[in-house]
Amino acid sequence: MAIYSVYIINKAGGLIYQYDHFTNRPEVEKTFSFPLELVLKVFDEKVVVAFGERDGIKVGHTVLAINGKLVEGRYLQDGRDIIEFLASQENFPLDIKFGRPKLTTNEKIMLASMFHSLFAIGSQLSPDLRSSGIEVLETDTFKLHCHQTMTGVKFIVIADPKQAHIDVLLKKLYEVYTDFALKNPFYSLDMPIRCDLFDSNLQSAIEQAEKLGISNV
Amino acid sequence: MSRQTARTGDPRKVNGELFTLTYGALVAQLLRDYEDDEEVNKQLEKMGYNIGVRLIEDFLARSNTGRCNDFRETSDIISRLGFKMYLGITPVISNWSPAGDEFSLLIENNPLSDFVELPEGHSALNYSNILCGVLKGALEMIQMDVDVWFVQDQLKGDNITEIRLKFNKRLEDAVPAGED
Repeated sequence: MAIYSVYIINKAGGLIYQYDHFTNRPEVEKTFSFPLELVLKVFDEKVVVAFGERDGIKVGHTVLAINGKLVEGRYLQDGRDIIEFLASQENFPLDIKFGRPKLTTNEKIMLASMFHSLFAIGSQLSPDLRSSGIEVLETDTFKLHCHQTMTGVKFIVIADPKQAHIDVLLKKLYEVYTDFALKNPFYSLDMPIRCDLFDSNLQSAIEQAEKLGISNV
Repeated sequence: MSRQTARTGDPRKVNGELFTLTYGALVAQLLRDYEDDEEVNKQLEKMGYNIGVRLIEDFLARSNTGRCNDFRETSDIISRLGFKMYLGITPVISNWSPAGDEFSLLIENNPLSDFVELPEGHSALNYSNILCGVLKGALEMIQMDVDVWFVQDQLKGDNITEIRLKFNKRLEDAVPAGED
């Protein structure tokens, strides 16, 4: 039972707020000696496992850290290429941490504007006028709940499929947005929200919703 | 804000007089700065507009109203919910135009001007012009283009304070997906 993340999209389709609440991404760290049994390749500026599943490391997992130091895309923090680094024997033995990478800010912005268009398409497909657009999008691992206000702002909550009472949370998030973003005189409309008060109130709203969801299931 | 009791769930309340005084100080300062009634009216409307575009979200988040289907419904919600929620008064709606696109809000005791006496030589000043801006800004965010102006003001010796609203058009470009 969990709420994974929250997105707020302005009426033009721009992402103005994003918050990852619960990240239960499996990460595997393992010590390797030369030569590496896994086949790695560079994909989308990241080093991913191309072949050879073992010990919970799966094809598609990305190299997150080497010897406890986080990597930056396909390079180590000191700028060396990971593939080259792993090809030379003197660097071994070493620990590599694999896992599913977090979305980068750019990817989030892109996905948000894509959802905005998808939402518009969704409401155009409706046989009747005034369709609400996409309200729920369900997959086997998560459920996306969307609420569009009359002014065109979209609140999106991504949660566990079994999490209940998301509609209450969406309404609460709208109130938090009006109270701590809009009523802050220094917040400019339709711009990314960077307010500590907003952050903390949003978090407590989410925690409350999680408790509520559990007690009612 | 002012004498509100209707709003639930918010124990913090501001003394209504403090609110009235704050607004008074603001208008007085504007008058000193601009020395021109028309310019002050414009500034007040601008301020109100900026309040309105934010306040509408608060209103929608708390009032549970759906989209209005005609201007009469809008007028009813403005008076019965909007003014009640934020100023604690319920203006009377009257003077509908035959086409149903214009109406007046009649305000008996405007909380903004509780202690105010306009000095001589400010006959063009609309003391509470901020309200016009708020209404315009708020309605614009829900895709209604309206004109709002003062017709009468008790401060100028009229019997009643009258704000008039005229519906121009629906802002079709801004209508969110699914509602067009």
